[in-house]
Amino acid sequence: MSTHVLGGPPRSPHNVGPAPVEHEPGFIRRYVFSTDHKIIGIQYILTGLVMAIAGAALATLIRLQLGWPEHHWLWLSRLLPVGMPSGVMTPEFYLAVVTMHGTIMVFFFVSFVLVSGFGNYLVPLQVGARDMAFPFLNMLSYWIALLSAVTMLASFLVEGGAAAAGWTAYPPLSAVAAAVPGSQMGQTIWLLSMALFIASFTMSGLNIVATVFSVRAPGLSMMRLPLTVWSYFIASILGLLAFPPLTAAAVMLLLDRHFGTSFFLPSGLIIANKVLPNTGGSPLLWQHLFWFLGHPEVYVLILPALGIACDILPAFTRKPVFGYRISVWCLVAVGCLSMIVWGHHMFVSGMSPFSGEYFSLVTLTITVPMTIFGVNMLASLWGAKLQLTTAMLFSLGVIALFGSGGLGGLFLGNATADMQLHDTYFVVGHFHMMIGGVTLLATFGAIYFWFPKMFGRMMNETLGKLHFWFTFAPFFLIFFMQHFLGLQGAPRRYYAFTAFDYLQKTRGQNLVISIAAMVLISGQFLFLVNFVWSLFRGHRAAANPWHATTLEWTVASPPPHGNFDAVPVVQRWAYEYGVQTIDGDFAVQTVPSVSA
Amino acid sequence: MKTLEGWLVSLLFAGTAIAGVVYGSGIRMPELASRHGAGIDAMLAYLLVTVGGLFLAGYLALAYFIWRGVRRAEIGPRFATRKTEILLSGALGLGMAVIAEGGVLAIGMPVWQEYFAAATPADAITIDVTAQQFMWNVRYPGPDGRFGRTDPRLVDDSSNPLGLVPDDPAGKDDVVTLNEIAVVVNRPVRIQLRSKDVIHSFFLPNFRVKQDAVPGMTPEVVFVPTRTGEFEIACAELCGLAHYRMRGFFHVLTAEQFENWLRLQSAAAGGR
Repeated sequence: MSTHVLGGPPRSPHNVGPAPVEHEPGFIRRYVFSTDHKIIGIQYILTGLVMAIAGAALATLIRLQLGWPEHHWLWLSRLLPVGMPSGVMTPEFYLAVVTMHGTIMVFFFVSFVLVSGFGNYLVPLQVGARDMAFPFLNMLSYWIALLSAVTMLASFLVEGGAAAAGWTAYPPLSAVAAAVPGSQMGQTIWLLSMALFIASFTMSGLNIVATVFSVRAPGLSMMRLPLTVWSYFIASILGLLAFPPLTAAAVMLLLDRHFGTSFFLPSGLIIANKVLPNTGGSPLLWQHLFWFLGHPEVYVLILPALGIACDILPAFTRKPVFGYRISVWCLVAVGCLSMIVWGHHMFVSGMSPFSGEYFSLVTLTITVPMTIFGVNMLASLWGAKLQLTTAMLFSLGVIALFGSGGLGGLFLGNATADMQLHDTYFVVGHFHMMIGGVTLLATFGAIYFWFPKMFGRMMNETLGKLHFWFTFAPFFLIFFMQHFLGLQGAPRRYYAFTAFDYLQKTRGQNLVISIAAMVLISGQFLFLVNFVWSLFRGHRAAANPWHATTLEWTVASPPPHGNFDAVPVVQRWAYEYGVQTIDGDFAVQTVPSVSA
Repeated sequence: MKTLEGWLVSLLFAGTAIAGVVYGSGIRMPELASRHGAGIDAMLAYLLVTVGGLFLAGYLALAYFIWRGVRRAEIGPRFATRKTEILLSGALGLGMAVIAEGGVLAIGMPVWQEYFAAATPADAITIDVTAQQFMWNVRYPGPDGRFGRTDPRLVDDSSNPLGLVPDDPAGKDDVVTLNEIAVVVNRPVRIQLRSKDVIHSFFLPNFRVKQDAVPGMTPEVVFVPTRTGEFEIACAELCGLAHYRMRGFFHVLTAEQFENWLRLQSAAAGGR
């Protein structure tokens, strides 16, 4: 990619000429079927937060079961008469809960809030555009996403319950209705919902790529972009490249399930004492297609989290980020590498051991750019004048979890070590630290940081800081301990650790984890209260409450329809902190530089 | 107030790291019982030590930066020199490459090669393990050393779970057991894995053996048990409702005990 070609001031109808004439759109066009990227972003964020509550409720059920496997929760049996008839969860309900927890958190919480939500809200503002490149497509993407979320939740109500083959949906378990109750209608609905989600996510990603390419404000060269925009840009390209194979796979699996094809079903399958007529398919094909999406997908989620943390940090260190240019190239390198490492999810799948060696070596090269990026974040604190605001605390948490989660990747990317750790709780601990924790903390950081911009009011800092303590500490404890459950050989997706002698000693650890999980989930009420209370009662926010430098802070809080009165002309890069101007110790990107 | 908060937050990160390392060093893996497993354990030990060190160093640095940063009235230099940035990145990149790739090349790959690429020793005991929801069907070839043919159309879960072809002479002396595998200590074992229905994963925690059993494929694992005793077989790939109790037993016996065991199983099956 040549920054020389991209670097010139781009021109398009979106960012030249006068502000669009206000039509005074009605309530519905303004807040419901809106094409304004800010409203759509907020719609995504609110929808995602509602889905997060659903995902957290499912996590609570999982932890109740694993912490107290034989306990009768009588009050829950009244609430969930089918899933927990005597107050103890049935195995079929447990597997459905695990599957849906993963699916909802990955696709309907983190993807919605962090990627589509903040992506929509921030990218046009930070590139100085009036809206996304394709506003109508943007609206369409949200409504399809909502439909897909509702469809997914509805699958709990069908016969056999929600899908129960894990969020990875490996066939034949996911392909044959008799294999597990969730593979009746639940799995079909899961696949249809995923297809809708992918359609919507593709529209949204296409929009972000087009917006960054074509409607940047004059003077905003690629190397002046905030890392947030860079991370969304790379993540969206990855999404566009990686999602289509999963769409294909989902269609193939639907055909296998309902129309008698055998893409993933080999000859001679016997399920429930019956020989199936299928012949010639390969279960491993699904795994390749799934992880060809699945691995880049984790970068689609985590890169925006890292980008956001990099933009919050300098506002509270009052210094430019460390090694900006190198960090940008690290993002590009990670993006490229992430497309060619999917096989590290399949070291013991029966794939050729020689492929295993290749995937192991390439996977571990990712540690190089990721380490440099992580240390650049850490080094951004060097010589800083630190302000521990809530948003900053969460960003520090991002650095911490990215460190511990990333280091866990050294174990799992190593094929030899993975032989023992594959499909154990080590994996669960690792990915929760990364695409669970880094993204969760970055999401909270982003909300505390941009809430004033979005709603024109500040959030409460005391509640916010308490929320940080009740989030980071239990979160770290839970998933750090899970790594060691994995080292002790505890397999994931077990309904209980009661049947094996060698797992007896993990039961106490699971109890501790479950208690910490209850603390973590209770702590989130601090956030909910703060969020709702601040919406109506928070202090009025100034245009630039954090004295930050990027373009969204040059407009009112909340920004008007069309964002900018006049098209901003960008004079500087995104991190001009520690310079003296009339505003203080920083210069927003539109302030002319003295030397120019 | 601000300094106090700085103290608390840096203590949070420093404390987490120190507590984490202390906790982690007290955890033990299931007792080792195979030859190649020593290599896997060496790989894990190497990672635990290096990664543990990096984790501790990183968190302590983070804690220090916070502790120091809240006390600063003026920022330090805005930029490191370009040279410092490049040197730091280069050194880090190189260091991580050496730690991660060096570990896998020096310790990991030899074990991986030995486990997968080495020729099966001639004295190996061959065992056919066919997974199904939610049990392990085990078959020994019997004195003739050959497995009888199977046919999925003949499978009946109660009378003929593997679908053995009755008129195949090679199958007459096959010994079939359920959820019970016996092997001889220090004698190589070769396990052919199959699955009748969905994907399972044959996991022997004490032997550092894990291999998916995928329908339509017959992957093999070869390893040498080094300790006598009774161990557990777990399923490590989600296979349905009773995945969590798909349990088998793996007996490592002396040669003499093994012959007796096999005779007993054969007699129990009616001397087919």
